[in-house]
Amino acid sequence: MAAWRGNAGSMLGILKIAYKLLVNDRAKFAALLVGITFAVFLMIQMTSLFSGILNRSSATVINIGASMWVMDPAVQTVANSIPMPDYVLDEVRSIPGVKYAVPLYSGGALAKLEDGAYQAVTVMGLDDSNLFGRPALLEGNIQDIFAENGFIVVKDAEFPKLNNPKVGTTFELNDHKAVIVGIGQVATSGLFGVPTLYTTHNRALQYLPNTRFTTSYILVEPKTTGDVATIEKDVKAMGYLALTKDEFMDKISTFYKYQTGLGTNMLLMTVISFIVGLSISGQTFYTFIIENLEKFGALKAIGAKGSELVAMILFQATFTALTGYGLGIGICAALIALARLRIPDYAAMITFPNIGMAFVMVVVIAGISSYVGVRKVLKIEPFDIFRG
Amino acid sequence: MPNVAIRATGLTKWFGEGEARTVAVRDVSFEAYFGEMLFIVGPSGSGKTTMLSMVSGILRPNAGKVEIEGSDIWSLSDDGLAEFRLGKLGFVFQDYHLFPRLTTVENVAIPLILQRHNWNEAIAEARKDLKIVGLDSRAELPPVKLSGGEQQRVAIARAIVSRPDILIFDEPTASLDGDTGRAIVSFVRKELLTDKRCIVIITHDARIFEFANRIMHMEDGKLTGVEDIGAGKTEVSGET
Repeated sequence: MAAWRGNAGSMLGILKIAYKLLVNDRAKFAALLVGITFAVFLMIQMTSLFSGILNRSSATVINIGASMWVMDPAVQTVANSIPMPDYVLDEVRSIPGVKYAVPLYSGGALAKLEDGAYQAVTVMGLDDSNLFGRPALLEGNIQDIFAENGFIVVKDAEFPKLNNPKVGTTFELNDHKAVIVGIGQVATSGLFGVPTLYTTHNRALQYLPNTRFTTSYILVEPKTTGDVATIEKDVKAMGYLALTKDEFMDKISTFYKYQTGLGTNMLLMTVISFIVGLSISGQTFYTFIIENLEKFGALKAIGAKGSELVAMILFQATFTALTGYGLGIGICAALIALARLRIPDYAAMITFPNIGMAFVMVVVIAGISSYVGVRKVLKIEPFDIFRG
Repeated sequence: MPNVAIRATGLTKWFGEGEARTVAVRDVSFEAYFGEMLFIVGPSGSGKTTMLSMVSGILRPNAGKVEIEGSDIWSLSDDGLAEFRLGKLGFVFQDYHLFPRLTTVENVAIPLILQRHNWNEAIAEARKDLKIVGLDSRAELPPVKLSGGEQQRVAIARAIVSRPDILIFDEPTASLDGDTGRAIVSFVRKELLTDKRCIVIITHDARIFEFANRIMHMEDGKLTGVEDIGAGKTEVSGET
């Protein structure tokens, strides 16, 4: 009896029928697409915003670029450093496997601008001997940072808050005169909307009020990657914490995810987006199947196998889901780009994990929608079609 | 002896169980032959659709046997039955069941597409059959743009496109006016009935009885008689 079927053995024609049944019902197809697209858009938007925030929260770690960071074990984010005594630096330098180790000062201050306005700034104090972690300069000379009152300002989204300073612009920092000697750029802007100034470690200590201990972080370069574990172990023995760049970023992310409520809120919004998408798409697809149930029954009576009807429904659900998925990502990317035209500092970042997670969600939506449709179609008896 | 296309033996079907059991078809046996148009007639609820569904491999009987060209169809698997229907039978449903989202020619091509023929070849074949039923100029229209009679002819074209040995019509004139109904059945008789094809029609429209070779009467699920009209070009014998 197999000879009754053509030799081509291709499902393409059957899938083409499924495609035409789907897209030629424009109202239903549009409703399905809107449901999936909206869900994907919300999921991507929420998670990209979250990724953007997490990325910004680690901006200093990314911009400084050190392989390893030594800190007080109680540190939760890079912005809230706990100063360590100077001898820790010497001890770290003495650990076998450390190629070099330099101090980093990180603190906040209030700058009084030329027009009399005050603006909060972040001040990074780089090791005087090598300026490790300095930004790439757009204007000025890095040697000028050693000049009297020299500061480098980062030209990022917060730059205009300092009235768009130029090389030579002066301002006051805790009643000390400060001069912009260079304009730099970094990979990532910070989370808190505050301009960043770089200077030497010593000048930072002079300008900013200090606690008894003055080293915020120690930046370490291991001789080899194999030395990382030894360094972490030895620093731990000293009562401090050594983390690689990625580990530090994970620690910061963990803090924002689980200890600020931010992660929970984002997760809830993502789940809500998923439920909204599932509700709209599932309901519409179910209606689509119900309205075409007799037609599927007629196909069954004519001689379509159950597996072929299942393939048609899966194709319809998958096609809708993938189209909606692409549209959702496209719209989200376009809106983020649009938002950045108006708000350069807009913290949203579409990452592969975001896209992957949305894809999994869409597959689940398509799966559940098709499951309901498949059950209905497989249950329909061709006899019911005959009976009218 | 003419060749037997369909042989049904002791077909019985009931629905429900216990006190709710309703026997729709009781112990019906008959034969249908190649080259004849067999009408199954009877009042509403007489079991003719149920009986034909069992013969078509759509509804499994509680008892009895159906042989198509000598093969017991109810010994086949579900997929085997689907293959059987696709290859051997052509259906024209009472409500046509055309797909409004496909064009007329695509509707006609469906059986060939299910047989996994190449799309373009299937469409080309479907166009030929639309020409046979006189609707080649309407090929690209959706069925909803066609009249009832035209839709009926599209359904017929779909039924014959895979060149089945047996054509089954369920109340083909129910939705048509008298003249159109007669024209359709006349067309079926003239153009589609061959020595190698058997056509079975369920109807209660007495105006088309003249086109039958034989008329099988059913009432209360039982076969009450077979009438030899002799209208066909093939002589009929071997009544049950």
